[in-house]
Amino acid sequence: MESVIALFNSFVHDWPNLSLFIGLILLPLLPLIISVAMYVWWERKVIGWMHVRMGPNQVGPLGLAQAFADVFKLLFKEITIPEKASTFLFYLAPLIALVPAMAAWAVVPIGEKLAWSNANAGLLYLLAMTSLGVYGIVLAGWASNSKYAFLGAMRAAAQVVSYEIAMGMAIVSVLILAGSLNLSDVVQAQAGSKGFLEWFWLPLLPMFVIYFISGVAETNRAPFDVTEGESEIVAGFHVEYSGSAFAIFFLAEYANMILVSFLSSILFLGGWLSPLQGLGLGVLSAPGWWWLFAKAFVMAFLFLWFRATFPRYRYDQIMRLGWKVFIPITIAWIFVAGCLAYFGGVTIGPGGNP
Amino acid sequence: MTQQVLFYFFATVLVAAALAVITVRNSVHAALSLVLTFFTAAGIWILAEAEFLGLALIVVYVGAVMVLFLFVVMMLDIKPESMREGFIRFLPVGVIVALVMLAEMLSLIGVKALQAQALPENPALAAGSNTAWLGKALYTEFLLPFEIAALILTVALIAAVALTLRKRSGVRTQKPGEQVLVQRNERLRVVKMASEGGKGESA
Repeated sequence: MESVIALFNSFVHDWPNLSLFIGLILLPLLPLIISVAMYVWWERKVIGWMHVRMGPNQVGPLGLAQAFADVFKLLFKEITIPEKASTFLFYLAPLIALVPAMAAWAVVPIGEKLAWSNANAGLLYLLAMTSLGVYGIVLAGWASNSKYAFLGAMRAAAQVVSYEIAMGMAIVSVLILAGSLNLSDVVQAQAGSKGFLEWFWLPLLPMFVIYFISGVAETNRAPFDVTEGESEIVAGFHVEYSGSAFAIFFLAEYANMILVSFLSSILFLGGWLSPLQGLGLGVLSAPGWWWLFAKAFVMAFLFLWFRATFPRYRYDQIMRLGWKVFIPITIAWIFVAGCLAYFGGVTIGPGGNP
Repeated sequence: MTQQVLFYFFATVLVAAALAVITVRNSVHAALSLVLTFFTAAGIWILAEAEFLGLALIVVYVGAVMVLFLFVVMMLDIKPESMREGFIRFLPVGVIVALVMLAEMLSLIGVKALQAQALPENPALAAGSNTAWLGKALYTEFLLPFEIAALILTVALIAAVALTLRKRSGVRTQKPGEQVLVQRNERLRVVKMASEGGKGESA
């Protein structure tokens, strides 16, 4: 008993230290939430322009405050629970969707010595976190006690599990070339003297495409948004959600999209490295977080472009693409990456000098 | 100290969740408790600096296996009443199986415990990253068992597909290859025609 009290006392004693850590952990979340709000605004603007509309332009300058207005509207709305729904899981589901979407940011490096956790198994951690997000969707669909929501949840489960394999394989090919699970090392392995030709998108071009498309499928975005599929199942898994519970699903989805944009920039587009690295152009060749953000912005724009361009895939077409096209290509290209690594087609490991 | 607190926290949650798996009535809740069990077990492993194993547990079991499990459990329409019906009838069998398992585990762990000796230095820690150490060990020392395990899994996979694959005649399935190869002029004909200029229509 005394040892338990001593344990507890030491825990309380450690508390100031711990709370500092917790504050540091929470630090990146505020910019993330604000960038989600801005991303929503940018999406509505871009899709508006692509549809030859104005997009939001009433609230604030250029409609910039539209997203915040929407958030406050959602926060003040009532949350309704369907009859005979599983109340506990109904409330838990949005949180389960949100937590992995935010936890994944812990290992994302935004600069050479800038990451909240420079974990050695960073990539594996990311795979683990992104694979957890589907529980939020599945539970939301089941707990809602609604046919449409349930159909959406079933679709989400099958789709996410299928595309996770292709995504994992694409990451494996990056690992082969980088020789490390550490995300900072992955970026360092893409350093060299030939500018953007040193990055992994070139030797792993099919994997880059597959990774990004799997990321779109994994976040349930158009054209893979059959889990929502408003023309078939109303709004899919979140049809019964309203108010702030719906807002949390929304936040999780957009945070995941931004995460996939950052990850594809880090894994395949050289992270914080300059596209003109090694050419001796002063600031233009210097690495910096701004390069990472610019690349992620372009990738995030692709999400919106896809949504405005492509019609929704049919469900069986999604399954066919995942299992019969992507997975065989990834398996073949892992072999190619192995040959490249073995016969010295690319430099392996961090800080490889050409 | 924090580590110890965390360990006891994880251990408590783990045991409670594992108990919930076998006591909860609702099968979906049971499956979710199993997810929590795996997750906390992964937490304990990471606490013990086996980060690769812990994360692999989450990726494989929580991220893939349990999602499919949940997928199936949710679709089953299990009535709790019908589950309790045969309880007395199956009780003797259950008790015998439990006793046999208990005896086996006691003999295994007991015999091991009698010959217990101090563990050698953890080779994973000596190598720096235990991911790298695990990879080297798997692909050098244990290559043959590893390959055999892979082979067994592949056989199971093919067997599962073969069991469910049924060829039925008279079923019209899509052939995506042919769909892609279709030319425009096979499906579409553009007809030029003069305006008919109906009475009520304005130009």
